[in-house]
This record gives sequence, structure tokens and C-alpha cells, in this order.
Amino acid sequence: MKPTTRLGQEWFGNVRGDVLAGLVVALALIPEAIAFSIIAGVDPKVGLYASFCIAVVIAFTGGRPGMISAATGAMALVMVGLVKDHGLQYLLAATLLTGVLQIIAGALKLGALMRFVSRSVITGFVNALAILIFMAQLPELIGVPWSVYVMTAAGLAIIYLLPRLTRAVPSPLVAIVLLTAVAIMLGLDIRTVGDMGELPDSLPVFLLPDVPWNLETLAIIFPVSATLAVVGLLESLLTAQIVDDLTDTPSDKNRECAGQGVANIAAGFMGGMAGCAMIGQSVINVKSGGRGRLSTFVAGAVLLVMVVFAGPWVEQIPMAALVAVMIMVSIGTFSWSSIRNLGSYPKTSSIVMIGTVLVTVFTHDLAKGVLTGVLLSALFFARKVGQVLHIDSQAGADGRSRRYTVTGQVFFASADAFVAGFDFRQTLDTVVIDVGDARLWDLSAVGALDKVVLKFRRQGTAVEVIGMDAASSTLVDRLGVHDKPGAERLMAP
Amino acid sequence: MTGTGQAGTAAHAQVLAAVDASAYSESVGHLAAWAATRLDAPLELLHVLDRHPERAPAMDLSGSLDLGAKSALLAQLAALDEERSRLARQRGRALLDGLAARLRAHYGLEPATTLRNGSLVDTLTGLEQQVRLFVIGNRGEHADFARGHLGSQLERVVRAVHRPLLVASRQFAQIGRMLIAFDNSPSARKGVAMVADSPLFAGLAIQVLTVSADNDAARAALDWARERLARAGLDVSVQRLPGDPDQVIAAQVDQGGIDLLVMGAYGHSRIRRLIVGSTTTTLLRTCRVPVLLLR
Repeated sequence: MKPTTRLGQEWFGNVRGDVLAGLVVALALIPEAIAFSIIAGVDPKVGLYASFCIAVVIAFTGGRPGMISAATGAMALVMVGLVKDHGLQYLLAATLLTGVLQIIAGALKLGALMRFVSRSVITGFVNALAILIFMAQLPELIGVPWSVYVMTAAGLAIIYLLPRLTRAVPSPLVAIVLLTAVAIMLGLDIRTVGDMGELPDSLPVFLLPDVPWNLETLAIIFPVSATLAVVGLLESLLTAQIVDDLTDTPSDKNRECAGQGVANIAAGFMGGMAGCAMIGQSVINVKSGGRGRLSTFVAGAVLLVMVVFAGPWVEQIPMAALVAVMIMVSIGTFSWSSIRNLGSYPKTSSIVMIGTVLVTVFTHDLAKGVLTGVLLSALFFARKVGQVLHIDSQAGADGRSRRYTVTGQVFFASADAFVAGFDFRQTLDTVVIDVGDARLWDLSAVGALDKVVLKFRRQGTAVEVIGMDAASSTLVDRLGVHDKPGAERLMAP
Repeated sequence: MTGTGQAGTAAHAQVLAAVDASAYSESVGHLAAWAATRLDAPLELLHVLDRHPERAPAMDLSGSLDLGAKSALLAQLAALDEERSRLARQRGRALLDGLAARLRAHYGLEPATTLRNGSLVDTLTGLEQQVRLFVIGNRGEHADFARGHLGSQLERVVRAVHRPLLVASRQFAQIGRMLIAFDNSPSARKGVAMVADSPLFAGLAIQVLTVSADNDAARAALDWARERLARAGLDVSVQRLPGDPDQVIAAQVDQGGIDLLVMGAYGHSRIRRLIVGSTTTTLLRTCRVPVLLLR
């Protein structure tokens, strides 16, 4: 019988596709988990344990079936400083705190805040992430023997050309296996994964981070944890959106927030670093036919089994092969159409996108980049809406009076334009200002109207403001009832 | 409600028949037409297009990400869905139009036809407000006949909807005799009252059957049911038999020349049902006549 409940469908609605896709993703996760551990400055086993824990736990707790979460570059970049200054144990503690913060975010339904992150910011985030992943590979490519370049180029060639011959085997895996075999046979003296640190030799075990549990520790880890939580949720929600679009199915964003938190707590207790959803891997999963929770679970479980039992071989993998895979990931993550669209999209969108990228690349902090992007978009939006303001005027028949009709949005960004719309040099007996079709959004708008009225009065002109009730009814948004019937009545004097 | 093809449908007014490409749809159509004619209610034929997005179409195990992999994949998946959905829509449209034309010719009815996207259960519960009676087939087009299972959707529909549900058998036959399975529960008493007051059953020979040991309570309950139905001017006979309800009711339906079985839907809690089984499910599976489930 086919599973009929929703949970049954999410797990077993697509068993064949999920298992195959999970295998492909597990193979692609290994190089990334190792590479991201190296970025963060910890042993490869920290990233591999994290990827296992996060993928397996999120399969149960996540809100987006079919999305892959593991140790990621975005998170690794945030924790570099902490690892360098305080060591691995503090990273594990920070990972736990990150999980707690993410659960709180889920409980507070902060996932809804994603709607303030515009498309341009998301594009900027993705591009910055790709650039950072690429830059993180450069140390492996600078000042190394020429054979590394040959290996990397050969790896990229296999990754991109093999799918033209067959799509039945993962080309990154073929690249890794072939390059490892060549390196061993020729006895090349190049860096391998084994040189980068310890690999897992057993299943992960539960352990408490070895840190003093006091306020001093909290002060050290909190800033990092807060950034990790924000970056993790951003990338996860963004990836969830991408998977939603690809599969045309809905997801539970708040459950995803809390689910990421639970997964990170599990990772922290199992000696893994914090992680989040992965854009590239999730796309690979969907492309390979993964749709359900089973695909994420298989990816995590297979990853661990392969690493624990194939450890001696994993150690022999030349770094050049991993670099090739990571270059593929960064190229696949980068939104190339955004470069093409720079010419045709509105300038403000491009500025938001480029601003997000630049701030991220220079600070190595995706949270700061996104904050910059969100602020820039808000400013540009306010400026645009501020332009939606028209002030028409009509002279009275006797030439001694004038009627101003204001239509549009009056708020902080348009208050000056509002004042400038009146002509104070004309000597008039009476002025009528009709604000019935205007919206006064904030105190700046009220202040601007006051200013206009006072200016006219000082010239001895009698001023009458009409339609004030309708215009100021928008101010009630303070009370949160502006969209309900009777709001006007509430505000009436 | 948009897209229902019927302007201003009043609350709980229409007979809604859910059809698909299965062999049951013809019978569903006739049964719905029978009910709509008797109730003098508008008839609507509904076909739901369920895309099953939880299943993946094609697979590409290369695991590599090219330039613009995401947009290329999105375009590819969207094109696949588009092609399938268009075929499904054309097929659904033809199905609805064909059945509507046959019912028009046969009964002189003007059924409205509706094609919707989504899962059957969600669609039916969403339309519940305008529906007086649901009509659905015992099995759908994907059901596995060999195993005698119910349609995978039916049980979920039975649990989800709050309106009376008429479950069609494979062949439609004119309805003359009906059997009410009566266990004297509050919902069964409400069912009897509903039968007494509905124009749907006028002129039918009604048999009320209680499966229990002979005791005063059972006799009193049957007397009440007989009195209630007779007062409504219905031709009623009552009967009490001992034994296992599943088997006794099924045997009565088989041997008594019964054309329609009326019963309450799912008396037990879900957990209890797992242990003791459910009369409703068993009878839906074994009886070869239409079953009217009352909520």
C-alpha cells in the first residue's frame, strides 16, 4: 500500500529516488565536510561528524523534506576566529548555543522575517557565499608544486565532462577516485586529506564540551553563536525557498528554524561544528531525484558509514581533488544570471546585490552582508514610495484663495517634498489643504503638515485642512488595528 | 468559491460526485444523479488532479553543478510538470464532459463540472460548505483490485468530511430496498431521524437491523426506530439478529436483496480501531451495494 498520511509521504513517498539521491549527496558531502572543516581550522572529523548528525537529525526535525543540511562554508567562515583564539571546545559550546538560539527563533516564528529579505539581497548572499567558498580554496592553490594545478584541472575536466557521457555515476566521485589512484600510483608528493588533521575512526560519541560553564565563556561564545544562528537560518530558509520552487511543494519555515536548532545541538554534543542547509547539495539532491526526508537521512547515514569504514582511503585523497569539487560547488552556487542582469535590472537592485556581496566578502560575515542589503533595500524602497506624492493646486475665482489637493504617501522620506509642494510667496486670504486622498504614515508627515499650516498662518493666511480624518487614519498602525473596520471611528476625536 | 461553474451555490445544497478514470465513475455518476433527482438538488461532477509532487520524475545521478544549474533544473522540472499536467487536465476534462453528457441524456439533469488541482481529501473538505451529499467510488483508478483493498483515498475521505457520504459500488442498480445498520448509539439515532426526514428515501422499502443479543434495550430501540420511520410515512420493517455485526450485516445485505446500506461512519476511535478493526471499513470492503455513511 502507498503511504497515505502526510508524514508517511514525506518519508516513504519516493523511496527509490530518495535512496539513490541520498547516496549521490553523501558522496558529494564528504569532500565538502572535509573542506569546510579545514576552512574553520578544525580536524576533518569535526566537519564529518557534524554533517552526519545534522543531516540525520534534520531529516526528522526539519520543515523542508528533501533539503540537505550539514557542515557548511557559510558557517565555517563565521567560526574561524573563535577556533583560532579559543579552540575546538569553545566551538562545540558555541554550536550548542547556536542551536538554542535557533530553537527560540523558531518558537518566536522569526522565519516570517525572511519576507524582508529581498530577492536582490538573496542573490547577493548566494554570490558572496560562492566567492567565499572559492577564496577559501586559494591557499591550496598558491605556492604549491605544478602537479597540483594539473590535478585540479583534471578534476574539473572530469566533473564537467563526464556527465556528457553518463549521468548514472556521480562525476565528482569519479574525479576523486581517479585522482587519488593517480596520486598513489605516481607517488606524488602533494598534500592529502590525511595531512589536514584527524579523520573519524569510530562512530561519534556523546560528550559535553570541555569549557568552564560560566558567564565569561558565554561572553566569548555568544557573539559568534548569534551570528552563526542568523547565518544558518538565513541560508536554511533561503535554501528551503529554492527547494520549494524546484519541487513546487510547500514547507514549514518555522519548523525548519527549530529543526536546525535541534540538529545543531545534536552536532554540538557529538563533537561536530554548527551547520545549516546547503544550497548546492540540496540542488544536487533534487536533481538526483531526492524529494523526501529519507533522502536527507540516507545522505547523513551513508556519509558516516563510508568515512568510518573507508577512513584509510579517505586519508589518501589529494587536496587537489577536493579543491576541484569545491570549485564546482562555488561555480554552481554562484548566480551567473545576476551578472547578465546587471545591465537590465533597476540600478537600485544591482546596488543592493553588489553591496551585499562586497560587505560579505570584506568582512567574511554573511550576516553583516545581509543586514547591509536589507537596509539598502529598505532605504531605496522608502525613496521610491516617497516619490508617490502629488500636490495639485487651484486658484480661487477671485484670486485671493487657493486650494491644494494632496494625493500619495506622506512619511519621513517625502516630508520635505510635501513642504516644498506649497507656494508660500503668493499672498492669499485663504488656503484650503485637502489631504483626504493622502496617507500620513508617521509623525514626520504630521510635522510637515503642521509646518505648512504655520507658515501660511504667519503670512496672515487663513488655513483650512480638510479630509484629515481619512488621512490620519493611517497613523493608527501604532495601535495595530488600521486594517480592521472601525479604525477611522477609533481615531475620530 | 471560484471555479465551481455554478453561480451562488447555497450552503449545503448540492450533490457533489467525485469521479476519476476508474470503472466506478459511471456508477458514481448514476448514483449521484439518482440522489440529485430525489433531493431536487444541483449536481456537480468533480475531478481532482493530484500531481504527487512528493515523487520525483526523472533522475540525474551525475551529482555535478554546472553554470546556472539551479535555473536549468527549475526550467526542466517545470516543463515536465507542465506537460503532464496538461495531459491530465485534458483527460480530466474529457472524463467530466463525457459523464455529464451521459447523465444529461439519461436523466435530463444539467450537471456542473469542476476540475481542481490538489489532493482529493483537501479538495472535498474545502468544498464541504456547499455540499449536501458527497458521492464517491468505492475504489479509485489506482486501487489494487486483487487484494480487495478499499481505494487508498476512501478511508481518509470518510474520516475527513463532515457531510453524508454515499459510496458507490462498481455497478449501479435501481434502488428499491435499503438496510439501516442500527446500533442505538446517539449517532445511529440521529441517522434514523435523518433518513425519516430526507426526501432521498421516499418510497423505498426500509429494513432496520440491530445486531445484538435479545434484550429489552434492543427491543425498545428497534421500536423507537420503527415508530420514527413509520411516522414519516416510510415502509419499514425491523429485525434483530445475534452475532458478529460485520458478518451478520454483510449476510443480510447479500441475502435480503438490499440495494443500499445506511450506517454511521467510524464509531470507534482511531487507536481502538487498530486493535478491534472497524465495522465500517469491513462493510465498505465486503458489501457490493452502495453504502451511505452518516456523520
